[in-house]
Amino acid sequence: MSYFTADNLEMAHEIISRYPRKKSALIPLLHLAQEQEGWVTDDAMRQIAELTDTTPAEVKGTGSFYEMFKFHPVGTYMINVCTNLACQLLGGEELLAHAEEALGIKAGGTTADGMFTIEDVECIAACTEAPCLQVNYRYKLRLTTDDLDQLIDDIRNGRATDIPEHGTLGLVRQHIPAGAGAGIVAPEQATERPVWLARNDAAAEGGEA
Amino acid sequence: MPTQDYVPHAPGYVDNDGPKIVTSRFVHEDSHTLERYEATNGYEGLRRALDRTPADVHEEVRDAVVLGRGGAGFPAGVKWGFMPPGKFPYYLVVNGDESEPGTYKDRLLMERDPHQLIEGCLITCYALGLSQCFLYVRGEMPAAQENLAQALNEAYAKGYVGKNIMGTEFSVDITLTWGAGAYIVGEETALIESLEGNRGMPRLKPPFFPAAIGLYGQPTIVNNVETLSNLPWLLVNGSEQYKAFGSEASPGSRMVAVSGHVNRPGVYEIEQGVTTFRDLFYGDNFCRGIRNDNELKMFVPGGGSAPWFFPEQLDLPLEGRTVGAEGSMLGSGAIMVMDETTDAVKAALRLVRFYARESCGKCTPCREGTTWEERILQRILDGEGRPSDIDKLLDIADNISPGPYPVAADPSQGLDAVPFPPKQTTICPLGPSSVAPITSTIRRFRHEYEAKITKRDSIPVMAAPMSSDPVEVG
Repeated sequence: MSYFTADNLEMAHEIISRYPRKKSALIPLLHLAQEQEGWVTDDAMRQIAELTDTTPAEVKGTGSFYEMFKFHPVGTYMINVCTNLACQLLGGEELLAHAEEALGIKAGGTTADGMFTIEDVECIAACTEAPCLQVNYRYKLRLTTDDLDQLIDDIRNGRATDIPEHGTLGLVRQHIPAGAGAGIVAPEQATERPVWLARNDAAAEGGEA
Repeated sequence: MPTQDYVPHAPGYVDNDGPKIVTSRFVHEDSHTLERYEATNGYEGLRRALDRTPADVHEEVRDAVVLGRGGAGFPAGVKWGFMPPGKFPYYLVVNGDESEPGTYKDRLLMERDPHQLIEGCLITCYALGLSQCFLYVRGEMPAAQENLAQALNEAYAKGYVGKNIMGTEFSVDITLTWGAGAYIVGEETALIESLEGNRGMPRLKPPFFPAAIGLYGQPTIVNNVETLSNLPWLLVNGSEQYKAFGSEASPGSRMVAVSGHVNRPGVYEIEQGVTTFRDLFYGDNFCRGIRNDNELKMFVPGGGSAPWFFPEQLDLPLEGRTVGAEGSMLGSGAIMVMDETTDAVKAALRLVRFYARESCGKCTPCREGTTWEERILQRILDGEGRPSDIDKLLDIADNISPGPYPVAADPSQGLDAVPFPPKQTTICPLGPSSVAPITSTIRRFRHEYEAKITKRDSIPVMAAPMSSDPVEVG
């Protein structure tokens, strides 16, 4: 029985086809699994192992290294407050404390209704717009505590329609049309010298002549 | 409240009248579309490259001295020359896993001008005979992922990427791939491990640098997003024009992100080796001074890993060589400014905590050392510090990045204890990076540490004498 939905399974095969070795698709497939259910389940890891010719232990071994993968259910909305230096200088820690108080949970926790998880995260690359946070990795910049209250209220009341549920990252996916690709093969099958490098020989010979 | 007069569709980017090599299209709202890109000289660099031999294109890049913009500042053209001949296939890995504290320029380049990056990749692949390119984008950046995916799809449809590019025999595929939240994956060998589907732990090197043994054991070039984004402009305008910007040792422009206590924080494209830190912080064209007219206390000149600078270094030009001679680095172009109200110990702790969290755990000095650094700094800050803690911190620092430290230009400036370039007992520079905030602040603001230390050292004694009889409890 397939863990991935039919559409996602097709997507999984397409992702795998873009790498010279199947195992390279392991992290992208973990993202796909997380997009499907909001977190990475054991069933998902079993199927990823089958698809990439690895073992479930290898899948978890790799996946557990990366902070974005969650191996237990988390809130539908993950609020990641940056407290690294640039944000700390302009009130990142106070913003985090406010979020914790407003939602009644500590960083790392999830609200009882499963709506919110708060994380105390490292630099999210918006340092000049401090203090900032991400909700499901969508940026909210230069936030005051009032802005944060408003944001939480908007999410609770279904007004934050620009933010997809946790697990969904880039909404546009790469797609290589049939016949348009140069051809992705395993390194053992690509040992020929790329044809266009022959131009160098012609120039070298021309130079000598 | 800091002013906010950046380009509205590119939050953070301030359009000033500096050189425009990589940010020339940022003023356009549709800068990420193929239509805009083609209308503004897009893919012209690739077209010109394809009219020349691959070796000739490589020579042009070598000649321009395009310094790596990811952190180490190594010239791209030289790095490209390290691949062993004939050991095909060769790969290109683009490092878009930007997560150095304070850094954000690659995100803007990927979001606002994805085609420019793609064109840079294609030029590289053509010049070196690379078989496939992997564009590794940080997981936490969905907008960059979307714009790059859209751009790649458009480029494939138009025949700029894929089979027989622009009707020539040059063919290459670009695969877009996402990271998943690990700072260390920005280290090039860790990035390769991650691309192979493994935990992102750096590989031991030397001898096996990626250019010799990289992805799948094949020669691999790893370049930063900004580095590659320079290439289209370079191929259109030539290395002579490129070198007309900047200084002799550091030609061209670079993007810097200035954050913290300045009036107008922002991402600026500046001329290398010309603009000084003072221009940048106080210039009307740039950050317009420190907030509330406060005094500058210190600043981080090049990302969380760089030893800190103080007001005496304000007149240094932003150039890798001069900053290096003063004992720090320009790194990834992330500048964090702290005014007189900043608690030096707290600021140091925050960066150290970052390294403690992000240590991959492979090397003991880093895994254990960063953790202890964090604990000791935290207890000093909590009022639980002991007099021996300062020496203990320096001792741990010495274990990760051994002394005696090279002496910087002028010891009276308080930088003599800062190791640069860092020596390391670890495989990668993450551990040694954690040392910079500690040594920088202890040297300069030891009194702040001492003021926070309230406990006394005591010799640990055993609670009860040893006895062969079992101890009765209760």
